[in-house]
Amino acid sequence: MTATLENPAPTPVPARPASVGRGYRFELVKLFSQWRIRLLVLACWLAPAVFVAAVSQQSDLPVDTVFGRWMNATGWAGPLVMLGFAGSYALPLLTSVVAGDVFAAEDRLGTWRHLLVAVRSYRRIFAAKALASLTVIFVLVAGLAVSSAVGGVLGVGSRQLVGLDGHLLSPGSAATTVLLAWVCALAPTLALAAVGLLGSVALGRSPMGLLLPAVVALAMAVAQLLPLPVALRFALPTYAFISWEGLFTTPTQTGPVLISVAVCLVWTIVATGLAYYLFMRRDFTNLSYDGSARRTITVGALPLVGLIVGASAVLAVATPSLGSGITQDKVQQSLSTAYAHLYRLQTDELHRPAVTEAQLGVTSACTKGGGMVAQEGPGNDWRCVVSWHLPGVSATGQAIYQLDVTSDGRYVADGDGPKEVNGYFQVRTPEGDQPNPMWQFDGNVELL
Amino acid sequence: MDTPGAVRARGITKCFGDVVALDEIDLDVAQGQIHGVVGPNGAGKTTLLGLLLGLAVADEGSLEILGERVGRALEAPGGVAGFVDGPGLYPSLTARKSLAALAALRGGGAGATEIDDALAQVGLTDVADDRVRGFSLGMRQRLGLAAALLTRPRLLVLDEPANGLDPAGKKQVHGVLTRLVADGATVMLSSHRMDDLEALCSEVTILATGRIVFTGPLGKLSAENRELDYRLVTSDEETARRVAGATSGVRLLDETDVVTRKDAGVLIVRALVPALDELVTRLVRENVAVRELAPVVSPLEAAFLALTEQQESAR
Repeated sequence: MTATLENPAPTPVPARPASVGRGYRFELVKLFSQWRIRLLVLACWLAPAVFVAAVSQQSDLPVDTVFGRWMNATGWAGPLVMLGFAGSYALPLLTSVVAGDVFAAEDRLGTWRHLLVAVRSYRRIFAAKALASLTVIFVLVAGLAVSSAVGGVLGVGSRQLVGLDGHLLSPGSAATTVLLAWVCALAPTLALAAVGLLGSVALGRSPMGLLLPAVVALAMAVAQLLPLPVALRFALPTYAFISWEGLFTTPTQTGPVLISVAVCLVWTIVATGLAYYLFMRRDFTNLSYDGSARRTITVGALPLVGLIVGASAVLAVATPSLGSGITQDKVQQSLSTAYAHLYRLQTDELHRPAVTEAQLGVTSACTKGGGMVAQEGPGNDWRCVVSWHLPGVSATGQAIYQLDVTSDGRYVADGDGPKEVNGYFQVRTPEGDQPNPMWQFDGNVELL
Repeated sequence: MDTPGAVRARGITKCFGDVVALDEIDLDVAQGQIHGVVGPNGAGKTTLLGLLLGLAVADEGSLEILGERVGRALEAPGGVAGFVDGPGLYPSLTARKSLAALAALRGGGAGATEIDDALAQVGLTDVADDRVRGFSLGMRQRLGLAAALLTRPRLLVLDEPANGLDPAGKKQVHGVLTRLVADGATVMLSSHRMDDLEALCSEVTILATGRIVFTGPLGKLSAENRELDYRLVTSDEETARRVAGATSGVRLLDETDVVTRKDAGVLIVRALVPALDELVTRLVRENVAVRELAPVVSPLEAAFLALTEQQESAR
């Protein structure tokens, strides 16, 4: 015998709007019931650990990725390699799949009216959806960070990490800085998530709505490769996917980090506000709604373009940032600092008498394009001669480096000799052959 | 004190751009009945039901639901539930989880027992833990009804609830709605299935191009209606044809006049009920046995067609 609802009339449920908390839980239930979200969570919490642990055991390391060359030296390089990869590919795609679909899914399933009747508040639906998608994104980002760190530490161990200026970070300091770097990466992720919300609201079922964060991130990544003025570069929210590298220098390059995080937060607020504006003005009685191209451009895209222009103008006025930010002085200074730190590291490996950076007095003389072009800007035609002094030795030590400086300020210094110093990828130590830290290393020119 | 009506609409007009979806609608629906809303596509049925659910607000006019005036979008008094344009379900959730999530969202306190009860009422107990993705349209409709039942509605608004229902499912849904009304609730539903409406509704409203062309009891509709077409099967077709031709007020229709399939030995006659009575009497006098005499289309369908065609031609 089946039971029935007895006497349904006398106790009606009041039609008060559902609270944001209840809406938030409802959205989470829906999101986590989707196989693709479950798969993403699983992938983000497992795959990085496997990847980092496996790559760390290889002799052929991903040296093109910042910190990649240190993956078999310390477990803390793995999460940074993963962060570099995530900033370029994974995080834009994750925000697309989650935030870019959170509103469009209701269009696709034809469930808007049902949801509106159940919640009875546009504002609360928007808040619940935005919070739920951010929660899922946070779970995914946390998975990438934790999993890659666990994979690195288990695979290689918690050891000292060589910073981007060659200085050594203790395992504890490396762990803290890695965590901070991932926290910094949350800022552009938030900004892309807000762009996803905007695309999802503005473009409805259109695939472009779903892809918007990935497309925006790709366009901005391409822009970062171009020789843009620093002010414009910093006005793009995706710069925060790069600026965290400044945390691994001494002193920390806090200016770019803070500016890029601030830009991301402004983008998050503006894009979310635009999404909210469009959502509150949407006609939910129109079942065939697939977004309005004109409204998307005027209300969605133009303000964000304006934000880039405005932020660039403010940065141009507030900071010395009209050029590329890569000058001869900065390159020389950065290389000298990194070289001094790495020389100490090599000295330690070779069990030679300890020296300090001050005793070494490293200087660099760099030219670009053989002195035939302007001595500034990115390029792989920087050639530097590094000089130093050892205590008690009258002769000046010299080494040559070819620098490939990218437009974001990062460079790879490739040793050109002498062989005993930087001309070979290994050095002979009393314990056997070891990687030569001075053969090839990463550095970072502060753009501001 | 008088019990307020379930719905009281006065001069309701709703436009979407240049399109007038509802044009000065006046409507009264008493509590405790099943009220059908019929009309051709684009007549304004879904818009009307959407207004009752609070999905939109009228541009002009006043609307009272369960005695409470409704003035803003998404504003509706407690006890109004239902769906328009499909039940709106999430395919990745199971039937049970769908109801549990909705109950939690509404915060009405419906627990596992109420959810099981609602599923049982609509005949979905056996598939309670299956994902909605695999449900047929009829099963989704029933699950949508179950979701509405969880709110213990005093006014249940359903848009085409019979879509996709098999005979067993239809019987189950009819049973649920009938019990609901017996307990004092009101049901307003739209359908293109005239047989469903005739079986369920005590009153109907016929809409055409945004206007009400009829509202009231089904009996009144039949009384107001003109001639109907009937299938007539007798023991002697030739005699029956002759008698029908000779009976005043009865017209024999040929193949080109009827929209239904005309089998051999079947006559189609068009007449008012009194003339039809006279035809039967004459056939009996001629010793012709009447084996079947039934409307080709139901009285409601005939009225619907006649009234909506009138409205269309008047425009």
